Amino acid sequence: MLDVLIVDDSAAIRKILQRVLRQADLPLGQVYEAGDGVEALRALGSQHVDLVFADINMPNMDGLQLLGRIKDAEEWKHVPVIMVTTEGNESKVMAAANLGAAGYVRKPFSAEQFRQTLEGILP
Amino acid sequence: MPTLDKDKVVKSICTATGQVFSTMMTLEVVPEASYEEANSTDNVDGVVAMIGLAGSWVGGGVIHCDARLARKLYTHMLMMEGEAESDTVNADVLDAVAEIANMIIGNVKNDVEEDVGMIGMGIPSVVFGKNFATRSSGTNWIVVPFICEDAHLWVKFCLTPPASYAGGPEILGREFARVRRLYPA
Repeated sequence: MLDVLIVDDSAAIRKILQRVLRQADLPLGQVYEAGDGVEALRALGSQHVDLVFADINMPNMDGLQLLGRIKDAEEWKHVPVIMVTTEGNESKVMAAANLGAAGYVRKPFSAEQFRQTLEGILP
Repeated sequence: MPTLDKDKVVKSICTATGQVFSTMMTLEVVPEASYEEANSTDNVDGVVAMIGLAGSWVGGGVIHCDARLARKLYTHMLMMEGEAESDTVNADVLDAVAEIANMIIGNVKNDVEEDVGMIGMGIPSVVFGKNFATRSSGTNWIVVPFICEDAHLWVKFCLTPPASYAGGPEILGREFARVRRLYPA
């Protein structure tokens, strides 16, 4: 079972991602939510997480900072992180790739686009 | 100095708004004729979401709609069409409108970055009320009205070069020369 953490400052997007994940025919376990990078680190520290979806533009700690913290930590660096964001600036996309993001989904996204991205990442 | 192609901005607003509405809400929007608006508005009612832009150029983006459309956008975005529509504009509705603004303005920003360089985007702020006015300093706004079913939505965007492009170094240079004349070394 896959335990997932969704990190986005928009509650609406967190709900939409949950719905899309449940429709994607995945062996979904627990789904945790966080409103920013700080909350996400707290969740990672207290829960088992197999996969992270993270927005980039968020208050307190943005998605790129969060990605860097996850990939720097011995206990979390194996966890795939998929960026789900409006941000399309090439430098941000490259930064995410260089920091070790497993995938990049641009908002707005359809359930089908999302499923295809997951298929390319999950075994 | 790079310039902002207003026709390109209008086209980008139409494309981004159409994509966000069709992909995330399965709703259709029809654009109407765009226009420019001064930096303040007449008093309005409804929901206004605003996002600041800063970087190589500075400005912002706004979406504005009435309360009924805001509630409809929320129910469609969360795929709750069959459920009873909320009769209040609560925090969930405001959050959904903020995210819609984030996606529309973010995609327009991505397009104009090709011409004016990298721009950072702030966190959206949302206001709901009656009989209020908005004001921003600086340049006029490019406004694209849309019809969504029987309601109106307005998407507004403005972007202007920073002071350093608008004569900043020249003004500083002139001031420096004047001071040197008054107080020679």
